[in-house]
Amino acid sequence: MSNDIKIKKGLEIKLKGVAELAKENAIISNFYSVRPEDFHSVIPKLTVKVGAKVKAGEPIFYDKSNEAVKFVSPVSGEIIDIPRGEKRRILAVKIQADKEQTYQDNGKFNVDTAKAEDVKAHLLASGCWPFIKQRPYDVIANPEKAPKAIFVSAYASAPLAADLDFTLQGKEAELQAAITALTKLTEGKVHVSVAKNGKSPLANVSGATIHKVSGPHPSGNVGTQINKIDPVNKGEVVWTVNAQDLVIIGELLLTGKFNAERVVALAGSSVKKPRYFVTKLGAEVASVIYDNGVDKNDNIRIISGNVLSGKQVQPDGFLDYYSNIITVIPEGNDYEFFGWNKPVFDKVSTSRALTFSWLSPNKKYDLTTNTNGEHRNFVTTGTYEEVFPLDIYPMQILKACLYEDLDEMEALGMYEVAPEDFALTEFVCVSKQPHQEIIRKGLDLMLKEIG
Amino acid sequence: MGLKNTLHNLKEKYKGTKMAPAFNAIHTFLYLPNETTHNGTHIKAADDLKRTMNTVIMALVPCLIFGMFNAGYQHHLATGTIEAAEGFFSYSFWSIDNLVVGLWKVLPLIIVSYGVGLVIEFIFAVIKGHEVEEGYLVTGMLVPLIVPIDIPLWMLAVAVAFGVVIGKEVFGGTGMNILNPALTIRAFLFFAYPTWMSGDKVWVHGAVETAGTPDAISGETILGTLAQNQEVSHSIADMFFGFIPGSVGETSTLIILLGALFLIFTKIGSWRIMLSSVLGAIVMGLIFNLTVDSGWITESSKFYGLMSTVWWHHLIIGGFAFGVVFMATDPVTASQTNKGKWIYGFLIGFISILIRVFNPAYPEGVMLAILLMNVFAPTIDHYVVQGNVKKRMKRLKAKTA
Repeated sequence: MSNDIKIKKGLEIKLKGVAELAKENAIISNFYSVRPEDFHSVIPKLTVKVGAKVKAGEPIFYDKSNEAVKFVSPVSGEIIDIPRGEKRRILAVKIQADKEQTYQDNGKFNVDTAKAEDVKAHLLASGCWPFIKQRPYDVIANPEKAPKAIFVSAYASAPLAADLDFTLQGKEAELQAAITALTKLTEGKVHVSVAKNGKSPLANVSGATIHKVSGPHPSGNVGTQINKIDPVNKGEVVWTVNAQDLVIIGELLLTGKFNAERVVALAGSSVKKPRYFVTKLGAEVASVIYDNGVDKNDNIRIISGNVLSGKQVQPDGFLDYYSNIITVIPEGNDYEFFGWNKPVFDKVSTSRALTFSWLSPNKKYDLTTNTNGEHRNFVTTGTYEEVFPLDIYPMQILKACLYEDLDEMEALGMYEVAPEDFALTEFVCVSKQPHQEIIRKGLDLMLKEIG
Repeated sequence: MGLKNTLHNLKEKYKGTKMAPAFNAIHTFLYLPNETTHNGTHIKAADDLKRTMNTVIMALVPCLIFGMFNAGYQHHLATGTIEAAEGFFSYSFWSIDNLVVGLWKVLPLIIVSYGVGLVIEFIFAVIKGHEVEEGYLVTGMLVPLIVPIDIPLWMLAVAVAFGVVIGKEVFGGTGMNILNPALTIRAFLFFAYPTWMSGDKVWVHGAVETAGTPDAISGETILGTLAQNQEVSHSIADMFFGFIPGSVGETSTLIILLGALFLIFTKIGSWRIMLSSVLGAIVMGLIFNLTVDSGWITESSKFYGLMSTVWWHHLIIGGFAFGVVFMATDPVTASQTNKGKWIYGFLIGFISILIRVFNPAYPEGVMLAILLMNVFAPTIDHYVVQGNVKKRMKRLKAKTA
């Protein structure tokens, strides 16, 4: 069974530095780091101390508000540092990896005959639960609330995004096991979306409803697909899982090992040879970017994630828990003479106000991190709607978040959205408003007030 | 080390001080700032508000230039020194003499409008500690184009001060205002100094000074003539090309049309509002034509002149075209939803013609129509957005039922 989803509104931002479809093993990172900030709204409670030895897949902290949700170490090694920030907030758990990796054995798990309760308990105990996120609020799923459906997007449409058809190649067995496990967790359907013109290893999994997506970004965003397939209503919950994380879940179910290995794209116009690496989540960024990538003194921005929703990291920073791409683009911290009124040929724009990107739709751009203007109040109208395919009024919901009107936020569709859904509206925003941050704060407020 | 570095050092020096916004306003005018993205999207589209506003100004410049020529042309024509222009490229219109008169009359208007307005903007920015916003760049250009040519400069200065402070800054600056600032300024002029803003003496340069003398020149607009049920002496071509008396920049439908096409092409102006306004005006015009054709209104009626005006003539006389293209489309004060824009625009067109016909004192309705709809735009949006909200509620009900 397959259904077509065609997205018309959106924007394809074509950038230089698409990763070549070639895999390499990254230099093995000596240090790994799990940062609680990757798990939004989780307050970590440590189960290990500095100096402790852990195996790969052994819990290092759990969620204070939900003890069942455990977070595990991606590698075996020694906990060397737990830096803390303001109010003793835990910033990261740093692990020095062993030369020889040892895994905690969770035992093989027969998904086909397992009951829902067992699947859930197994995923929680083995540290796979954080891969399952929920809407509303875009946080780690609450295991107590049954979802009406589970969504997996196997199509990444964001600029420079890692090609999931490529990174998932050869992982059919793991994917199938994970999908089967997910089907046990919901009464409803498991929706898997694949690219219409792709050869996704997920296109033939059994047990899930397959959707074929086409159209510009954000067609690959799971939020767009939820809105088109089965939107979230008040009181309902849906879960989402990133396609690349299905592999980790699947391998755990099949072998009993938590193998944090992940195929990560190194992309962006600052990278000499953009390509794919096999590394592990939490790995040091430096272990990937310097080999035929960037020079030490380049004026660059390193992003764990894609250019629209990723996090800025330093070269000694770490790949975050959910990303499968490291993007490196030039910093734009320079002035441009009369940059606000001269004709622009080398930047992307949705208008034609002496911006000429509409002339060459297939040109690839080398964009910097310059904001191209200063922050202003919301002024122009109608621009967001052109790139926003959800059945929601983007400007109105952003304003509702700004003046913190919970009723209005709810009525306008706040339960359906995640910050990444507002990445494109943020990109085109003439007033340079931080849309994703506004939405995140709005969601946090609702989570706190309504729950 | 060059201008760029000097300015950068100055910026760092002034950072956090009271004068920082004032300095930054000038700095960012020269250079696109070195600001980078933080969290959220790491790249941004090329457009900023300055570019958007600049595009509108570019669309207005032809109106301004035409307005200068027309100011001189109307003056010379009325004093009898030149022949009426034949065709759009007639030399008797595009002559240096005309331009000189126009420059002398229009440039002071621009200088006063920008001078007073920007000083107030800078003061507010410094007091409130926000950046100087670009909104006034367009307003300051619009204002000279929508006032009569002979308006005293002090009057303009008072009106601009009123419009910027009351029309915009008290609401919180660009993006927060309810009424279009340029129209607020004009409405202020209209209600504070009505004799200067209407009648038959203000539209042609020199008409006021010569009033009552043997050389008296008449400077009446077509609407004024029609409102008095008199025959219009201007040809349709004159009206379309803009060789008619009126506010400085509003006369030439042709030039405004070019500006409109440019705004639509650049995606800065809303074609929905422009198109629906024209539709609204046509509908109202047709209704009035119908009442005349059916004999309900006869020549004895004082409304006869404007009611019997052929429906499409309404589009090319008075300030309708200018108002619809450059004022109604102001994104801050217009409807913000696409559906709302259709309703908003239609009502502007509809009410413009309605007021034009029934307002005996001042036969131009587009200003009041736009201001009225500015007030109602949030209401229109509210109902459009409620439609979306209701749909969401229905979905929920269908589920639970």
